[in-house]
Amino acid sequence: MTALLVLHLLAALAAPLLVRWWGRQAFLALALVPAAACGWVLGRLGTVTGGGDVRETTSWVPVLGLDVALRLDALALTLAALVTGVGALVLVYCARYFDPREEGTGRFAGCLTAFAGSMLLLVLADDLFVLYVAWELTTIFSFLLIGGAGTRLAGRRAASQALVLTTAGGLAMLVGLILVSDASGTHLLSALVADPGDGTVMVVGTLLVLTGAVTKSAMVPFHFWLPAAMEAPTPVSAYLHAAAMVKAGIYLVARLAPGLSDVPGWRPVLLVLGLATMLVGGYRALRQHDLKLLLAFGTVSQLGFLMVLVGAGSRELASAGLVMTVAHALFKSTLFLTVGVIDHATGVRDLRQLSGLGRQLPVLAVIGSLAAASMAGLPPLLGFVGKEAAFTALADGGLPDRTAALLVLAGLVAGSVLTAAYSARFLWGAFARKPALPDAAPPVAHAPGPLFLAAPAVLAVLGLLAGVAAPLVDHLVAAYADTLPLIAPEAEHLALWHGLQPALGLSALSLLGGAALFATRARVSAVQQRMSLRASADESYWNVLQGLDRLAVLTTGTTQRGSLPAYLGTILVVVLALPGSVLLFRAPWPEEWRAWDTPIQAMVGVVVLIAAALALRIRQRLSAVLVVGVTGYGLAVLFALQGAPDLALTQFLVETLTLVTFVLVLRKLPKDITERHRPRERVARGLLAGAMGVLMGCVGAVALASRTATPVSVDYPHEAYTFGGGKNVVNVILVDLRAWDTLGEISLLVVAATGVASLVFLRRRTGVVQRAGEELTGTAGTPAARAPRGRWLSASATLAPQRRSVVLEVVTRLLFHTIVVFSVYLLFSGHNEPGGGFAGGLVVGLALVLRYLAGGRYELGEAAPVDPGLLLGAGLLLAGGTGVVGLALGSEVLQTAILHATLPVLGEVKLVTSLFFDVGVYLIVAGLVLDVLRSLGAELDRAEDEGDPIELAPGESVLR
Amino acid sequence: MTPTVVLPVVIGGLYAAGVYLLLDRSLTRVLLGFLLLGNATNLLLLSTGGVAGLAPIVGISAPEQMSDPLPQALILTAIVITFGVSAFMLAVIYRSWRLVRQEVVGVDEEDRRVAAQRRTDADDLDPDQLAPEDRPAGHADSAAGRAPTDLQVERLLADRFSGIASDDVELPPTHPGQQ
Repeated sequence: MTALLVLHLLAALAAPLLVRWWGRQAFLALALVPAAACGWVLGRLGTVTGGGDVRETTSWVPVLGLDVALRLDALALTLAALVTGVGALVLVYCARYFDPREEGTGRFAGCLTAFAGSMLLLVLADDLFVLYVAWELTTIFSFLLIGGAGTRLAGRRAASQALVLTTAGGLAMLVGLILVSDASGTHLLSALVADPGDGTVMVVGTLLVLTGAVTKSAMVPFHFWLPAAMEAPTPVSAYLHAAAMVKAGIYLVARLAPGLSDVPGWRPVLLVLGLATMLVGGYRALRQHDLKLLLAFGTVSQLGFLMVLVGAGSRELASAGLVMTVAHALFKSTLFLTVGVIDHATGVRDLRQLSGLGRQLPVLAVIGSLAAASMAGLPPLLGFVGKEAAFTALADGGLPDRTAALLVLAGLVAGSVLTAAYSARFLWGAFARKPALPDAAPPVAHAPGPLFLAAPAVLAVLGLLAGVAAPLVDHLVAAYADTLPLIAPEAEHLALWHGLQPALGLSALSLLGGAALFATRARVSAVQQRMSLRASADESYWNVLQGLDRLAVLTTGTTQRGSLPAYLGTILVVVLALPGSVLLFRAPWPEEWRAWDTPIQAMVGVVVLIAAALALRIRQRLSAVLVVGVTGYGLAVLFALQGAPDLALTQFLVETLTLVTFVLVLRKLPKDITERHRPRERVARGLLAGAMGVLMGCVGAVALASRTATPVSVDYPHEAYTFGGGKNVVNVILVDLRAWDTLGEISLLVVAATGVASLVFLRRRTGVVQRAGEELTGTAGTPAARAPRGRWLSASATLAPQRRSVVLEVVTRLLFHTIVVFSVYLLFSGHNEPGGGFAGGLVVGLALVLRYLAGGRYELGEAAPVDPGLLLGAGLLLAGGTGVVGLALGSEVLQTAILHATLPVLGEVKLVTSLFFDVGVYLIVAGLVLDVLRSLGAELDRAEDEGDPIELAPGESVLR
Repeated sequence: MTPTVVLPVVIGGLYAAGVYLLLDRSLTRVLLGFLLLGNATNLLLLSTGGVAGLAPIVGISAPEQMSDPLPQALILTAIVITFGVSAFMLAVIYRSWRLVRQEVVGVDEEDRRVAAQRRTDADDLDPDQLAPEDRPAGHADSAAGRAPTDLQVERLLADRFSGIASDDVELPPTHPGQQ
């Protein structure tokens, strides 16, 4: 069975290609797949009617105990034969239905074949959750098939309506399946039915599962998606919306009925909804002019009928239900295919415009009449056998409650009257000569070929044969029905002739009633017209959807006012209200306080606070940046006092780099910040900010006071030396103990660097900084002609003389290489002493800053003739690669290995592999600084020097 | 552990200043506020590490005298990331200045547009508001008051085709315009 499913999947994937090669003939090849499946399934007929079943289990998610469990029993076999058989015939039909030049046929073929596979999985699944997956797969393919290419509004709306409704039901069903499997302790349908759980959970779960079945099978009040789905091409209507997908709900109910039909609520829900659906569908089918819509409402009606039969939970009705399911699939897909042929031949589906078609297409008329007769319940067709069985069952028993059984019987007879009436209306509408119309209106433009008629013909003949051979069908049906309790005195076997029974009378009654309704159709139509409600379920659906839309817009409109300060203010108020109140009432306040760790701490603190206060009011940009810088440097001192030399070092370096970067950008901005706030806003901001300050200060104190447990880091010094091979605990944490964190953080740096570059560079985002060429440095006549002769820096001559500083050039010349060497020293010594990749990278970055400040943008190119992107990428690769190497050596990702070796000159060398990780960090930090200098420094200079010319290619536009 | 007075006061002051600046509309001030908040948070993390100690380097100080190394490692990367993010913010400020000669957190016009929106997508409209050919199938007869009945249409068609011999196989008149 698994092989069959895989075959469907492969065929679906290959379908677009096949259609491209062979055009519409590819459908014939695709039809072989479901045909093969049908053959295999029918080959198991002997096993299954003997009471056995075929099982296959493939492990899926062993941790969750989920298996792809497949099981073929009588019910599954019946449905699987329908799904595959009708599927194959519909695919054959498609080979003539589609225009050879039509676009999107490949996509359609793939979806239809994939649907056939999902539907097969659905009926074969024995695991509840596999069933659910298949269930949703059919929903998705139905959505794709209804929507088509998505170019038509009506198609899109119908598709999304079907999707919304069936998925909503499907989700309810998923919850229900979880509850049910929880209550009965099994995933397997067969085990669940054999031994269902009980209790409230079971009841709720069952009702939720029924929600899924009811939406999928288009029961009232969710029936309206099915007629709307008639937007799909006719083969889809014939297959999905008559034979296969809408039967999924019926199948599920039939599958669960043997175990769950006594759950409270089961019978009332299914019987009431089923009867209501049957009557509503039949009533509305009488009002349709479009043949396809007439059939669609007929399908709705018949689905209601089937739901009553399979939901009743008795042997005799279940048997009738299964026969009717087969009969309905046969006659309804025939009728849809017939309409497809009519549509194809004349281009018209409106029965008010068709006349005399029966004489022009006699074969089609015979096919359609056979199917319609089966639908109406005329002997000797299968539809008659099923309906007769249903009436017999209800007359003798069928339901535990006699009164209910008689009421249901009355309802079914009324429904059957409607069915007979719309069957007649269909035949009359499609094929009859109408006196008011010309004899052959409209004419047949494309006469259908034999292959086009083959599929409906085969289906119609099958309906006839199965009706005649009803006793044979009985074997298969009984194998399923026997799993249910018998309520009637004795089991009636399926046959064409049961003798003179009440049921025969009821059948005759429904046919006569239907004929009467049809004969008086003018008056019936007028009555329907008068009684028509101005409201429909469809309309309510759209009203609900529109209400939701309005609510969404309203919510967005009220909460998203478009002001960032307002959003931030809201967030902060919530922070103050929630954690703030916890802090006030629940937090353990410290019992004792110390003034400070050292008096210097207090002095630095005062400086930091003063600088922060100044930053609030200073309007000059540069001064504001400088005072914020003071807080940063102050912080570095605090770090040093706290016993964190690495932090202090890094903070000093970063603060310096930040200042430089600020200056690079601020030179392009006006000197002062414009004040844009009214005094009242400032007061509100001040209050909020003050409250936040108090809150966070208290958090700091309380956090420390509530530290009572031993810190996790208590063993780190020991572990750092033994496992990490380093003495600097902070560095070992970064490159070994918590290297995953660091890997994420350096990736973030790469992203930030790329972001900076892409905001500044308008077209080219990679490449090295421009270097000084011959024409810029050597010859006289350049702006640098009067500058000092001896060159300390290779490209400083490109600067305007007034911008050059000899002292700075000399100092840079002397210090640059020393600083670079020092940065490498920091990198290598970082494992045992303060330093490491971060500090080293920042130092080399500062060296580059020095070169850039002293010699201008060409000098930066001379100092670092590499693409910063290359540095960033190489660093990330190295850091990540170290992790993978650890994995490859059999240990964990990013685990450190310590290698000892004795080299000739150096003596004993100890190499810790995490050094390579640190080199990666070093490269990334250096790359980040270089990228910032290149973008905010060199590129901005270039734009100014060259008056920012951008050579545009024709048709290209650049947003500056 | 016993908290100091100094560190919470400094933390609170930095937070207050940072939040005040963050709520400004000038992007430069927002960035400065962001930096102050970063500093404040780093200090907060550090202060939760406990009492000041010696540098956490094996061989220089004894493990029991060391300051807690874990918050330090967290802060170290945070410092560098703050630099990366502020460089990005600066690039945003520069870009904003180049584009509109302003460096302001403006009102989000897209948000305002959504707030002012009254219409919904055509895909979600009430079917009655659609053109008839776009209405869902089956909806048409719910608006039955307007749709003609079978009989009316039959009569209409009969009128239209009156006078044409209905058994004239040679010239089937399908469209009245071709008569």
